[in-house]
Amino acid sequence: MRYYDRLIFELSKKGRTGYSLQAPQVKAECTIPSGLLRAEAPALPEVSEVDVVRHYTNLSQMNFGVDTGFYPLGSCTMKYNPKINEEMANLAGFQGIHPLQDASTVKGVKEVYDVLDSYLATITGMKHFTFKPCAGAHGELTGLMIMRSYHMSRGDMARTKVIVPDSAHGTNPASASVCGLEIVVVKSNANGLVDVEDLKPLLGPDIAGIMMTNPNTCGLFEKDIKEIADLVHECGGLLYYDGANMNPLLGAVRPGEMGFDIMHLNLHKTFSTPHGGGGPGSGPVGVCEKLVPFLGQNVSGFNGNFGVIVRALAYVLMLGKQNLRLAGRLATLNANYIKESLRDAYKLPIGSVCKHEFVFDGLIDDGSATGKPGATTLDVAKRLLDFGYHAPTIYFPLLFHQALMIEPTETESKETLDAFIDVMHTIAAEAAQDPEILHAAPHCAPITRPDETTAARNPILKYQDEA
Amino acid sequence: MTKFAYFPHTEEDIQVMLERIGVKSMDDLYCDVPAEFFHTEEYDLPDAMSEQQVREYFDSLVAKNPKLKVFVGAGAYDHYTPSVIPYLTSRSEFITAYTPYQCEISQGTLRYIFEYQSMICALTGMDVSNASMYDGPTAAAEAMRMCLACTRKKSTVLLSKSLLPTVSGVVETYAKFYGTKLQYIDTVDGMTSLESLKSLLESGEVAGAIVPSISRYGVIEDLSGFADALHAAGAILVEYCDPSALAVLKTPSEWGADVAVGDGQSLGIPLCYGGPYVGFMAVKKEHMRKMPGRIVGETKDGQGRRAFVLTLQAREQHIRREKATSNICSNESLMALWVTIYLSVMGPQGMKEVNEQSYAGAHYLYDELLKTGKFEKVFDAPFLKEFVLRPLVDVKALQTKLYEAGFFAALETEEGYVSFCVTEKRTKAEIDALVAAVKEA
Repeated sequence: MRYYDRLIFELSKKGRTGYSLQAPQVKAECTIPSGLLRAEAPALPEVSEVDVVRHYTNLSQMNFGVDTGFYPLGSCTMKYNPKINEEMANLAGFQGIHPLQDASTVKGVKEVYDVLDSYLATITGMKHFTFKPCAGAHGELTGLMIMRSYHMSRGDMARTKVIVPDSAHGTNPASASVCGLEIVVVKSNANGLVDVEDLKPLLGPDIAGIMMTNPNTCGLFEKDIKEIADLVHECGGLLYYDGANMNPLLGAVRPGEMGFDIMHLNLHKTFSTPHGGGGPGSGPVGVCEKLVPFLGQNVSGFNGNFGVIVRALAYVLMLGKQNLRLAGRLATLNANYIKESLRDAYKLPIGSVCKHEFVFDGLIDDGSATGKPGATTLDVAKRLLDFGYHAPTIYFPLLFHQALMIEPTETESKETLDAFIDVMHTIAAEAAQDPEILHAAPHCAPITRPDETTAARNPILKYQDEA
Repeated sequence: MTKFAYFPHTEEDIQVMLERIGVKSMDDLYCDVPAEFFHTEEYDLPDAMSEQQVREYFDSLVAKNPKLKVFVGAGAYDHYTPSVIPYLTSRSEFITAYTPYQCEISQGTLRYIFEYQSMICALTGMDVSNASMYDGPTAAAEAMRMCLACTRKKSTVLLSKSLLPTVSGVVETYAKFYGTKLQYIDTVDGMTSLESLKSLLESGEVAGAIVPSISRYGVIEDLSGFADALHAAGAILVEYCDPSALAVLKTPSEWGADVAVGDGQSLGIPLCYGGPYVGFMAVKKEHMRKMPGRIVGETKDGQGRRAFVLTLQAREQHIRREKATSNICSNESLMALWVTIYLSVMGPQGMKEVNEQSYAGAHYLYDELLKTGKFEKVFDAPFLKEFVLRPLVDVKALQTKLYEAGFFAALETEEGYVSFCVTEKRTKAEIDALVAAVKEA
């Protein structure tokens, strides 16, 4: 990666063009009154095609991606994105279809949805899915709408609260808030699991349901899930499954069988579609049989992110039943292998077997014995960039002060994991001897640590703000 | 063990790894899962396909959809996509990247988002754009919540009846659960009525109004007086726009809007049965901290070099949890890149030509359709690339004939009008062929 300091606007030269349109086919005098037209043309760049190609190629070379290196990134499954998926989604026959075409003209498209629906139902133990949600958080919101619609349909209007564990992804409480629900927090116990004794007194006629991810954000399987499900159902509530952590359960455990009534999947995590630098994703929501009538929440303009849905179907077809059974197991194997290989250098607050990810609570020896300030989790993360790795998710979950969360996924080889483990040991040794090396990291990235405080205090949010 | 291209583990690797962990089998790693929930056997799914079989399967699905020339818009527009866009957006470093939280190795993503924000501001005339939303309708729904956040203690948001049904439908869903009261502004001559707006403002409960720049009938809205009326009532104006048309039409800023939202699909994103598209939202500076979604800002790195970071994150869910301005996390980053490259290659001149050609084609089709005697005028008002007519023939039969002739056209509206759209992509020969098919129908 090398530093490249241009913005497309800075390549602009008046009169240059980068497009090729067909010659005007028909002539028409514009009769739109000038009062409805803008005063000046928009300040867009004027660049040639080759300017554009070089500029964005240069920008891309300041980026890390799954295809350039390993992401030991907890909380967001970053597995390999198969290339056949891309080709299928980009088929011209799919790209040209208008979303409002009559059903008789989109039979092949309909089949994509129907087939993926049935496969996801088999994989999750849900009855049916809606594909309208465009991302995971959008799926959460849709799922909570389904939850509320169910209670409202029964005239049960008092259920306005939803229980969220303190270890939950930030989107859980935020989605509940957008859905008009009040949030009640249930605590985790010393083992990092939902504290059933803390949960019991929270349950009552005002509870719409509980949002859980299992395995939870510490990568731990919620062993008491059956008891939790029974308690929530007895009080009249529903169980929502946050599918962000579904990967280790692929081919091994079905959320529907654990008692979950509603769930979303992140196709851009568990089903191998690319993250795209933050989307497009897809967050289909599945429900149990009694909730199927509430599945049709109108939460996006058309039919969801069809292009992403095609990619996910291609992935499931490639996996088949044989490889699906292995996917979750190998992801779990990889995570436990790293955990056991690094617990001599990093604090492991909860030592039990993990699923797809696990959490360290910082370095065992942070170097503060040298008299210098000790190396933090942030420092470890930034130092990893120098060695050609993406950083793990840090300071989440909020249960640990120096949380460093690692999820390798099943698509990484033993050699990749071994090399990463070596580097993590090297960094730990550096920290113990001279934490300064870590404070100043990264040393080899296109930029060093930026001044985020100034960015927020004096926001420059568009090109024109600079002058 | 099955050999599979995406799993690099050999049998030996697995054994060595299990030994390091201290368990006998991979199933032992699920010892914490109650046995009743753990599946040791394969699920009832098909066998794994080869890549060639997958390809043949999707080819067979594509073959089931007739290829149609699109003469409908209604929120999804068939503009031409220059080749450089799919080529560049397919680059691994863009498409396989994570959200740019690690800014030091994400300067590519952060820079294009900054450029995207700049271009959205250039089109709308607004001060600040976020990094993208899911689609136009969800951006409008978020704008509804912003109306409430920007104006204290008000309960009601107004929606123009001239908004596309795909937009108002999603806003209604969000409003129902968020507990927002919606009221509807009437239309006159295919446009939002200022008189109706003014009478609704008398309640004193209105936080804002969402009004389109082009009505669902294709009519270019005249929003004179809207911002003043709303501001006088302590409410804000949200304009729902087609960003392609904004290259020529009066901007939300010029109309005095506080928030501009819409769908970036019209900026060269393929129809793709409705997605992925990209919603946009841009606001006046005073509303910046109420805005949902990610925002990229410029700063300097430790060596004084220009650098870009995610900023103003105290609004977002991963920091504020239930007190965040929105629950949005993943957005449509790669589609924001798509739009940015489109606007770069088109430039101001290309955008003007796209609109001129669409205008000319649409007006030619409008005149030719009226000449067939099978339709009559509904509105006598300025339009750009989309219009409605009143059919004098059976619409279902007409549509079927047009499908058979290879066209998607004459979309029926709730009022029983038929809607048409022409972009620069349609040739005169295609328009003439459509008119001929209408005549024969």
